Amino acid sequence: MSSGPNLADRDQRLAVFQQWFSDAIPHNKALGLKVVAVRRGFAAMQLEWREELVGNPETGVLAGGPLTAMLDGCCGMAVATMLKEAAPFATLDLRIDYVKPATPGQAVIAEAECYRITRSVAFTRAFAHHGDAKDPIAAAAGTFMLGTKGQATRPHMAGAVAKP
Amino acid sequence: MSGLLERLAAARKEGDVAKLADAIPYARWMQIAPENNTGELLTRMRFHDTLVGNTFLPAIHGGTLGAMLEMAAIFHLLWETETETVPKIVNITVDYLRSAGPRDVIAAAKVTKQGRRMVNVFAEAWQDDRAKPVATANAHFLIKADDAPPSL
Repeated sequence: MSSGPNLADRDQRLAVFQQWFSDAIPHNKALGLKVVAVRRGFAAMQLEWREELVGNPETGVLAGGPLTAMLDGCCGMAVATMLKEAAPFATLDLRIDYVKPATPGQAVIAEAECYRITRSVAFTRAFAHHGDAKDPIAAAAGTFMLGTKGQATRPHMAGAVAKP
Repeated sequence: MSGLLERLAAARKEGDVAKLADAIPYARWMQIAPENNTGELLTRMRFHDTLVGNTFLPAIHGGTLGAMLEMAAIFHLLWETETETVPKIVNITVDYLRSAGPRDVIAAAKVTKQGRRMVNVFAEAWQDDRAKPVATANAHFLIKADDAPPSL
């Protein structure tokens, strides 16, 4: 089995999700969120450290806000990978545990899983870390309401993410 | 963050809470600042284009609402309580109630329970009508520096 076409598929899929979940969403674009992995039920994003995202100028530690926005976006992207067709949805609630401060100067990676989806609600959890998921900075749990009003800003998932 | 506590002391002397936001790069970037010109401490997030999360509705990004509720809780603790240290957030749960349009968002916070080491804060954010909040949050903060785990 050649890995060539699979790698090309993966790159194309990343490009589609990068477009829809970062470049087309002004706040995600402003944060500079980079989509680094996507498959059915799973999404990962990366956030580069920047001075203007700092909460404490004396330590250089990132504020909670950029992590909140990133984890919200990443959980939402994990939900989108589970949808059979493009449909709008909205965050219902989001809990974040800040378990360790982010290291100044280091990029943060968020990994989100959508582990259950029903007709109305999708359930997700996520971790943010510096490369070792066993040593998290933050843990999140988010639920999403499906079929909300508005226009879907998402690509057609059935085509973008193949079922396993 | 002694810088922020020094700024807090200066802001108290002048009675101008807005100065607190100047010490926090993220608050400046987001245009989130406290204000007390009505006699009540409120936190305002000025609308600007980079806050948008949905360009079709359009609506403000949910993550930014969580961020401003967290900032509102921190400003409230700094201004309204006798804090000897900058509060360290432990966790926050945000409930999203309505979509927030492309306008300023205002938030107010109150302490639900003040402990010796831990404080529980409730915050709510609204736009046109305070009776119709767009998001609410509950958060825990550690408020004693020497009790914080070494990593925090």
